Amino acid sequence: MSDTKTRAEAAAAPATTPTPRRTGRRLLRSRDATIVYALVLIVILAAIFVPYFASVTTVSFLLIDAIPILLMAMPMALIIITGEIDLSVASTAGLSAALLGVLWHQSGSHGNIAVMFVICLIVGAACGAFNGFLIAVVGLPSLAVTIGTLALFRGLALVVIGDNAVADFPVSLTTFATSSIPGIGVPTVMVFVLVVVAVFAVILHFTPFGRALFALGYSTEAASFVGIRVNRSKFWLYVASGVISSAAGLFWVLRYSSAQSDSVQGLELSVVAAVLLGGVSIFGGSGSIVGVVAGVLIIRTVNYSLQLGGLPDTALTIVTGGLLVLSVVAPSVSARFVAARDRRARARLADAPAT
Amino acid sequence: MTRATTIDAPPASRRASSPVARGIGRTFASREFSVFAALAILLVVTTVANPRFLTPQGTKDLLLNAAIFVVMAVGEALVIITRNVDLSVGSILGLTAFSTGAVYSAVPSMPLIGIFLVGIVLGAILGAVNGLIVTTAKVPALVITLGTLYIFRGINNAWAGSTQYFVGNDPPEFGNLSVQVVAGVPLLALIALVVTVVFALYMFGARSGRDLYAIGSDPVAAELFGIRVRTRVITAFVASGALSGLAGVLYASRFNSVGADTGTGYELQIVAAVVVGGVAIFGGSGTVAGAAIGAVLLTTMTGALAALNVSKFWQQAIVGVLIIAAILITKIISVRNARRLRVSEAKNV
Repeated sequence: MSDTKTRAEAAAAPATTPTPRRTGRRLLRSRDATIVYALVLIVILAAIFVPYFASVTTVSFLLIDAIPILLMAMPMALIIITGEIDLSVASTAGLSAALLGVLWHQSGSHGNIAVMFVICLIVGAACGAFNGFLIAVVGLPSLAVTIGTLALFRGLALVVIGDNAVADFPVSLTTFATSSIPGIGVPTVMVFVLVVVAVFAVILHFTPFGRALFALGYSTEAASFVGIRVNRSKFWLYVASGVISSAAGLFWVLRYSSAQSDSVQGLELSVVAAVLLGGVSIFGGSGSIVGVVAGVLIIRTVNYSLQLGGLPDTALTIVTGGLLVLSVVAPSVSARFVAARDRRARARLADAPAT
Repeated sequence: MTRATTIDAPPASRRASSPVARGIGRTFASREFSVFAALAILLVVTTVANPRFLTPQGTKDLLLNAAIFVVMAVGEALVIITRNVDLSVGSILGLTAFSTGAVYSAVPSMPLIGIFLVGIVLGAILGAVNGLIVTTAKVPALVITLGTLYIFRGINNAWAGSTQYFVGNDPPEFGNLSVQVVAGVPLLALIALVVTVVFALYMFGARSGRDLYAIGSDPVAAELFGIRVRTRVITAFVASGALSGLAGVLYASRFNSVGADTGTGYELQIVAAVVVGGVAIFGGSGTVAGAAIGAVLLTTMTGALAALNVSKFWQQAIVGVLIIAAILITKIISVRNARRLRVSEAKNV
């Protein structure tokens, strides 16, 4: 974990002489570290001030609702690092959920559900490939394309399942989806999710492909000059996003044991909010998986503790929005502050020889 | 109208010598015309298939449904032309629609002009908040307005709770707004038309309107040229907020019931309408009229599908296809223009 941060930092910061002590200090003062501190602080505050927060049930309830966001945030982080965006994730998840419902219903509720999972994941991959084709091959702006496919995939979910809801999924599966590891309260499914997170962390921080994504975010032209296959990289990121979103949709169905056309509606905004809060720059070129995971957990912790504290759900949207705005405004304001300080320092230096 | 963008208006054929012929040629080649043609084809096909589609009552419903979206699309177009985007319009509509109900329940004798002022001013204030944050923080408007979408909606939720106001018949003249007809045209549609024309003229002729195109084409160059980019961008957001506020008042009059989730999800429909209307998502080109026609096209689609007995479930998928088609067309046009420019430059060497 900490090694990941070093690598991300080393990439983001200009190479100075990397003595161990300097690396350690930089690590403790990095953007990722700041987000992790914030998360720890919020958890401590919640444990002190929110009644019933410090308990095993908190862990399971807090984390189970984080799973879909956490899953979708992984490919989203990589896509935003390359300077693009994918707003169609929740619609892809919804289409996958609706499809699972219809397949299950048509098999008379006793078909081979593993095969249906695979079909849904393939459809998710196809959705991602469609986005990837329009963005990477045709060269259309990703923001506009994925707003279009947000409507299209959600529309297809409606076409597939209409007004119906399918709810008679195998009890063994739905119990498994909501079960948690006894003693520590971590949802069982979280184990699989952590594997996905680890895979994305390794891809982004420890492979040439991942290093290339940062370069892409800085400058597409420069990236293609140094031999990075820009279009191919972007295409496969969108395919990954489609598959993972589809998996999130399948989990959603089992978690609520219901498949309907509006499953996972509107979650794309929470995913983007979590990724940006996690320190991924909307301009592309910087960010890390550690930060994103912390960002997802911050949003969930704040929401959950406010719910426990008796705040109405309605106020929660204000908090999510406020966190999002703060997370993007803070770096740019602090950058200005640093620039002003540098200017003053330079002015002092310029005056020094004159005296 | 079509001269509003030099990028999207391809030069007429070389044989067209008279300015009139050139003007006609340009009109037929413009994006607005192709969106308008799509709308006309949709209307004709649907009417042939189902003659009851364009009865006087049917037409009235079409225009009423389109009016609110047109007003919002005009404001959104201003923002998108400056290379920004305003995703908070649905939440602004919700807040202003609800405040309409709140004002009437507190001051039942509020005159019509007063209620319109309340909606427009409230919307303008919310728009100013967007504009100020976007220009101060220098981060993409997409993120900021995504945040304010949540914040404004949250304020609306906290304020409304489970309260629903029914403002249709109390006072009666407010509800009558949405059924009044002037010279055969619903009053709401006339308001939308006036808004479109006023802003179209502003974008076409006013110096500050032209500035918005310059900012969208190249913000850095616009700054160097001496355009007050920050002021202009804030103005665009204020206009978008004010028009969403106006739309909120119209919504309250037309749909009567307003509550915590009024206008949820409108933002994507509005952005879709603007993009379908030929406004490039990266700013600098497109027209307000195009955005307005795009909004009419999308709302008409809903009615047309019902009239054609197409399952209503297909509607959203078709909207998605339309958005993608519109982006593709914009891309094709810009590629062709770039090639034409290269050829003409090569000839002039």
